[in-house]
Amino acid sequence: MVSLEITEEFIEIRNLQYYRGPRMIFDRLSISIPQGKVVAIMGPSGSGKTTLLRLLSGQLKPDSGEIVVNGYHIPSLDRATLFEVRKTMGMLFQSGALFTDLTVFENVAFPLRIHTDLSDDMIRDLVLMKLQSVGLRGATQLMPNELSGGMARRVALARAIALDPAIIMYDEPFTGLDPIAMGVIVQLIRTLNEAFAMTTIVVSHNIQETADIADYIYVVSDGKVIGSGTPASLLDDPSPRVQQFLQGMPDGPVPFHYPAEDYREDLFKNGG
Amino acid sequence: MLRRLRQIGQASLVILATLGRAGVIWAQSLWTKPDLSNSAPLVIQQIYQIGVLSVVITVLSGFSIGAVLALQGYTQLVRYGSESALGLGVAMVLVMEIGPVVSALLFAGRAGSAMTAEIGLMKATEQLASMEMIGVDSLHRIVAPRLWAGFISMPILALMFSVVGIWGASLVGVDWLGVYEGAFWSVMQEGVDFNNHVLKGIVKTFVFGLVVTWIAVFEGYDTVPTSEGIASATTKTVVYSSVAILVLDFFLTLVMFGF
Repeated sequence: MVSLEITEEFIEIRNLQYYRGPRMIFDRLSISIPQGKVVAIMGPSGSGKTTLLRLLSGQLKPDSGEIVVNGYHIPSLDRATLFEVRKTMGMLFQSGALFTDLTVFENVAFPLRIHTDLSDDMIRDLVLMKLQSVGLRGATQLMPNELSGGMARRVALARAIALDPAIIMYDEPFTGLDPIAMGVIVQLIRTLNEAFAMTTIVVSHNIQETADIADYIYVVSDGKVIGSGTPASLLDDPSPRVQQFLQGMPDGPVPFHYPAEDYREDLFKNGG
Repeated sequence: MLRRLRQIGQASLVILATLGRAGVIWAQSLWTKPDLSNSAPLVIQQIYQIGVLSVVITVLSGFSIGAVLALQGYTQLVRYGSESALGLGVAMVLVMEIGPVVSALLFAGRAGSAMTAEIGLMKATEQLASMEMIGVDSLHRIVAPRLWAGFISMPILALMFSVVGIWGASLVGVDWLGVYEGAFWSVMQEGVDFNNHVLKGIVKTFVFGLVVTWIAVFEGYDTVPTSEGIASATTKTVVYSSVAILVLDFFLTLVMFGF
């Protein structure tokens, strides 16, 4: 496994266990994320990638284990401190999650109006700068229902970086986008990471796009990290499960069939 | 037998857990440092959404019920030559019972269901989560203004209902059926006591406003974020609110009017 030259562990997840009802989602999962890098969490659908982002941001509490973000033990924070810490985090939701009753401008201005005492002129300038960085300065007066999926995600991205967060998390940023919009988002993630030195976490199952921008990748399946490394080193990972995921093989260690009783017995049941 | 007991136990636990969550959400929403400059505009906006937009249906229903009460009341009273008590009868019924109860039922149907659907959709489209990620407590920003707005709007709507109802009754009773106007109003003035009747009716409306809004925001906030979840939460708001209004009305009447 190739290791990065990690200067500082900015985000540490240690022995994380999380259950949804009786179902185990994470089983002693450990992940380190260095400052200023783009780290991707990959894995098949249902492997808990989005849940991991929600745990990292304190929207969910783990059953056990540690989640340390920039020195804060997230699960043990009280509500007020958690909201303070979240000001240093940005998150791009899969749906964009724009406030449907506000214009594009007001959506991006929202965090600034809430958390700063800046004048309206200053807020206007900042909003325009953020929208310019995602290429939508001309869309300020549009309502969210007038935006395409890709545009909505870019506006949401502008809003997520409005307070210049130290960490930005992307939840399936490429899902449901046409190739052009996807290309724009891929480029934006990398550019924003370099321009603002934000620690970037991308949760995705799009292998090519993620490999293009990630410094380091963790592959998660069945609640555990099954492989990790730089994009190049992962391609040579000997684990059959990692290879099945990376090469998109329909059958393998992750079976094609959902667990069921014997096919023949099932067909001939009830005198069939 | 044991199985049945277990089922009852499990159902009771679910109900207690739900009540507990509802209590926590209510307390967390309202337990905050007062910040009028930020919260007042949000409350006023919700008073418009919840209260002002419910005025038309409330006023129309109030007028129609007042008119019907006058018609029915007159037919009975005229047989005993007591039609001068029509105003008193209608006013008492409206101020103490029909006004608070029917306007609260209308409020649950129009504003309560809308609140549940709106908050539920905000949850389903991750707007609540994104707000929390921006560092804004959705309980303070979304839930609390609605709780306050419901608490403030409900008594005003009920008062409008009763006033318009009495006006409707006077149109039917005095202007149409020919009850002597002086008697209609003076008997009403004589019989309706502010502290004993009007104020007790108003107390009911505060309680109904609190309970209906609480149920509505909780059902929205606690909904399963799917289309079925939101549909079920909206239905629950109307059903639970209606039952709560009727049950609470009985107990409030029992306690306040000293039976």
